[in-house]
Amino acid sequence: MAALLEVKGLKAFYGQTQSLYDVGFEIPDGGITTLLGANGAGKTTTLRAICNMVRTDGTIRFAGKDIAGQATEEIVRLRIAHVPEGRGTFTTLTVDENLRIAAYTRRDKAAVHADLERVFGYFPRLKERVQQQAGTLSGGEQQMLAIARALMLKPRLMLLDEPSFGLAPLIVQEIFRILKRINEDDKVSILLVEQNAALALDLATHAYVLETGRVVMSGPSSVVKNDENVRKSYLGY
Amino acid sequence: MEQFLQQIASGLANGAIYACVALALVMIYVSTDHINFAQGEMAMFSTYISWQLMTWGLSFWVAFILAVVFSFVLGVIIERAILRPLHNAPVLSIVVVFIGLLAICNSVAGAIWSYLIKEFPSPFPKSSFGIAGVIGPHQLGVVMVTLIVLGLLFIFFRYTPLGLAMRAAAQNPQMARLVGVRVDWMLALGWGLAAAVGAVAGIMVAHIVYLDPNMMGGILLYAFASALVGGIGNPGGAVVGGFIVGVLENMVAYAGNQIEKATGIYIIGNGEKLTVALIIVITVLTVKPAGLFGRVVVKRV
Repeated sequence: MAALLEVKGLKAFYGQTQSLYDVGFEIPDGGITTLLGANGAGKTTTLRAICNMVRTDGTIRFAGKDIAGQATEEIVRLRIAHVPEGRGTFTTLTVDENLRIAAYTRRDKAAVHADLERVFGYFPRLKERVQQQAGTLSGGEQQMLAIARALMLKPRLMLLDEPSFGLAPLIVQEIFRILKRINEDDKVSILLVEQNAALALDLATHAYVLETGRVVMSGPSSVVKNDENVRKSYLGY
Repeated sequence: MEQFLQQIASGLANGAIYACVALALVMIYVSTDHINFAQGEMAMFSTYISWQLMTWGLSFWVAFILAVVFSFVLGVIIERAILRPLHNAPVLSIVVVFIGLLAICNSVAGAIWSYLIKEFPSPFPKSSFGIAGVIGPHQLGVVMVTLIVLGLLFIFFRYTPLGLAMRAAAQNPQMARLVGVRVDWMLALGWGLAAAVGAVAGIMVAHIVYLDPNMMGGILLYAFASALVGGIGNPGGAVVGGFIVGVLENMVAYAGNQIEKATGIYIIGNGEKLTVALIIVITVLTVKPAGLFGRVVVKRV
């Protein structure tokens, strides 16, 4: 299986502060990959670096094409959907508008309509709230909206930053179930950043462990899951 | 009674102009957090363009449309060429640029067309337009034209994908980039639209205040007051605020005249209209800084 996303020697800077030193990983087409690591390890920065939202240096290849240094909106137009931390919905726009704006770059209007119905199939609650302002939704609903919005982009790759953040366990389970379906049914590759390592390792096929801006370990999830250090540091047993 | 109705009608006509300029101010404010002090002078410049086109023999409406299009293009160019390089500059630098722009528009217009006050035609037929004794033909025309322009803008922002993208870019630029919106171009487009709306206001008001390089000075102040009354971040509020300010200033002057007639004591009159606008600015800022329709922004920390 060819790699959909290939990252090599990635460095990232916030002003003068360097926060990624040497990050490299590959995301197989159609797979789910997870980045694990403690707070401040550079997980969110890695996702932001892929979309050129921080100053970066290094190689980022998407579908065989070098995308490092391109403008964020141009990278997104290659159908990389980023669901940022803290959900990132347009709070003053309605649910409907949030979903339609995501399809803004698409020209296949008929397919957009079909996708909207499919997204409502995943998240029926959003359909009930379609004319409501996104800011008035609950945390779980906003996370669903953020994922739904990413789907409306018809992504090949979805970057998810802490989708479980601040949500009740039942809602987290629901969201992760839907992520699995999105991956299997819609053939969307996923790069998942998650504090909840047990959950992430169950979902993902591959895992990378980040420590202070470097990849310190990688492998199939089943292997990483049983690693002594990972168990102690991230799984807590 | 008739005089009272006339005052309301002329207040609505002035208010329509204020509404347009206020909307132009708010359109730029919501996406950049800056007040474009040159908005009025840009509108004045556009009005001169339409005047020039008319003296070259074009009809009023052709000149009107060409001048509005010209303003749109000029607005886009100003954003791309002057404001874009400054997008990380401190607020004060940008304020200085706006004031510079104001001075440049003013003196360039003066240099090209001189500071002599010119008459400006009204496109609305005297005989068949207006309601005798209540609203004059030009006043009614101004209200209608601005309502059409505001309606078109509303439809554009509410129902078109591009309008939605512009709103998204204004609300959350970073998120807008993440759905593929070219935020920089949306800003330039916003500048173009604001300049175009300002041009409509300038061309409509020129018949009333006459054409000269300083014609928009007072109107910009009224527009400020209008935008503040409506809530500076609220386009709909700015429009309503424009009409409120327009009618209110006339009502205050009218009440002053009535008092003078009844008692012989002069308290307030037509000469103090601009003062009314400034009092409104100060009152709103001290009593209700978010404006009548503005929301107090609460940020999660």
